Amino acid sequence: MELGKDLVAASATPLVLAILLEGDSYGYAIIKRVATLSGGHLQWTDGMLYPVLHRLERQKLVSTKWGTSDSGRRRKYYRITKSGRLQLDAQREQWRLVDETLRGLWFKAVKA
Amino acid sequence: MNTLEEQIAHWREYVRRHRTIGSRDVAELEDHLRDQVGELTGAGLAGDEAFLIAVKRMGSLDSLSLEFAREHSDRLWKQLVMPAEGEHAGASRFELFVVVILALVAAIAIKTPPLFGHDFDNHEGFYGRNLGLFVLPVLTVYFAWKRQLGMITGGWLLLGFVAAGLFANAYPFAPHGDTEVLALLHLPIACWLLVGVAYVGGGWFASNGRMNFVRFTGELFIYYVLIALGGIVLTAITVMMFESVHVSPEWFVRGWMVPCGAMAAVIVGAWLVEAKKSVIENMAPVLTRLFTPLFTLVLLAFLATMLFTGHAIDMDRNLLIGFDLLLALVVGLVLYAASARDEHAPPGLFDALQFILVVSALLVDLLALAAIVSRISEFGFTPNRVAALGENLILLANLVGTAWCYGRFLRHRGSFAELERWQIAFLPIYSGWAALVVAVFPPLFKFA
Repeated sequence: MELGKDLVAASATPLVLAILLEGDSYGYAIIKRVATLSGGHLQWTDGMLYPVLHRLERQKLVSTKWGTSDSGRRRKYYRITKSGRLQLDAQREQWRLVDETLRGLWFKAVKA
Repeated sequence: MNTLEEQIAHWREYVRRHRTIGSRDVAELEDHLRDQVGELTGAGLAGDEAFLIAVKRMGSLDSLSLEFAREHSDRLWKQLVMPAEGEHAGASRFELFVVVILALVAAIAIKTPPLFGHDFDNHEGFYGRNLGLFVLPVLTVYFAWKRQLGMITGGWLLLGFVAAGLFANAYPFAPHGDTEVLALLHLPIACWLLVGVAYVGGGWFASNGRMNFVRFTGELFIYYVLIALGGIVLTAITVMMFESVHVSPEWFVRGWMVPCGAMAAVIVGAWLVEAKKSVIENMAPVLTRLFTPLFTLVLLAFLATMLFTGHAIDMDRNLLIGFDLLLALVVGLVLYAASARDEHAPPGLFDALQFILVVSALLVDLLALAAIVSRISEFGFTPNRVAALGENLILLANLVGTAWCYGRFLRHRGSFAELERWQIAFLPIYSGWAALVVAVFPPLFKFA
């Protein structure tokens, strides 16, 4: 199953924020995590993730720090900020609303 | 070295040139690319296959569309990241705007001292000492903007230029004295390091950064000469036309056109090197290839002449600096040949030629050094002689190391990368010595 472009774009922010809520992470690991969580259905391209991460950084929803990886390379780590958490809460509510609405409709459709 | 590292280096270089991506972001993307390559090679792919797939997965950078024009196969990945024609017009137009503003700033900067009573004709010394300080800070600002330099690095660079300004102007130089001339010759060399720090985006020790700066320096020089040639034609035609109607344009040409043009050309030249890199990428190396054999011949002929006639080098005042220039030129030839060379290629005929060039330069340098030392022991220390001696020792050390590395490389005992590292390590030493001459020599020799 391939997700529509709009849906992928819309779900990017809550997904990234929710993954960062589990702990600090970096670009490559975030992509891996998304792929695992979605059972491989959500394949983000790297060209898409970094603009999202940099936008979140600009909006101060995440903060960044340079660290070193296990192999000694410089690596940029992302951490969710307080306003990031608030944003995630707001998004969760919005997604829940969309989800409930759709469920209501589809449940009715099955019954009819 | 494996080809994977080389390909990643090419990729990094390509992405770094991309105006929308700062050097910090490149480091992040490179980390990502290496993770991806690591996983793919772990899954059994060969290094270059893994690299191609990793670049492909990286997608078009910053959502630029793909360009499918076929190129040389070892640069296949370029097709995966290249933006389509015209995609980036907006960003480059903005850059052009910035460049025009900065060129104007540089042009105006050289015309501000007259406002404070420092007109050009009566304050030659002031203009000479500060020549670099009119334009190099502006050039630094351009790269600081382009590489999105952090506040801290920017602050240090500012501090460097302020210090340079203090040393150039606070000392009570005797007019037209040796120390003043030395200061005006060395200050731009010292300040060039500050430009370099901005050019490499603060990451001075990042791989390739300094070699790219060396390339940039060479290309800028070539562009500047080309622009200057055009400027000379423009000036001559201006003078000719206005004099034909009996209006003397001299005040304008001398007072505005030449000084403002000379300053603005540095900024425009730097922008051209940045923007047109791929077009003229190979200019400095081509000139190097052309002149390496010729300079080798001249040096060998010179040595042979000295040998047969038995004449020693007669060091007069100007020859001291002249010989230093010759040796600096040899170092430059080696440096630019190295900058364009594929460091994994096996030694060839040209390498042997370069080795001969270095060795003959080394011999000439030893002879010049002997002449300088004998002059110093005969007539004592003067600022000129000490400066020439210091520069000679630095170049000697450089050439000895170069000959050593080249010798090892030619006998297949070492890699070309060693030579490159050796040359690059000298960049701060040149500027450091120049700074020393500017800061310490004047008080040491009582501002004579």
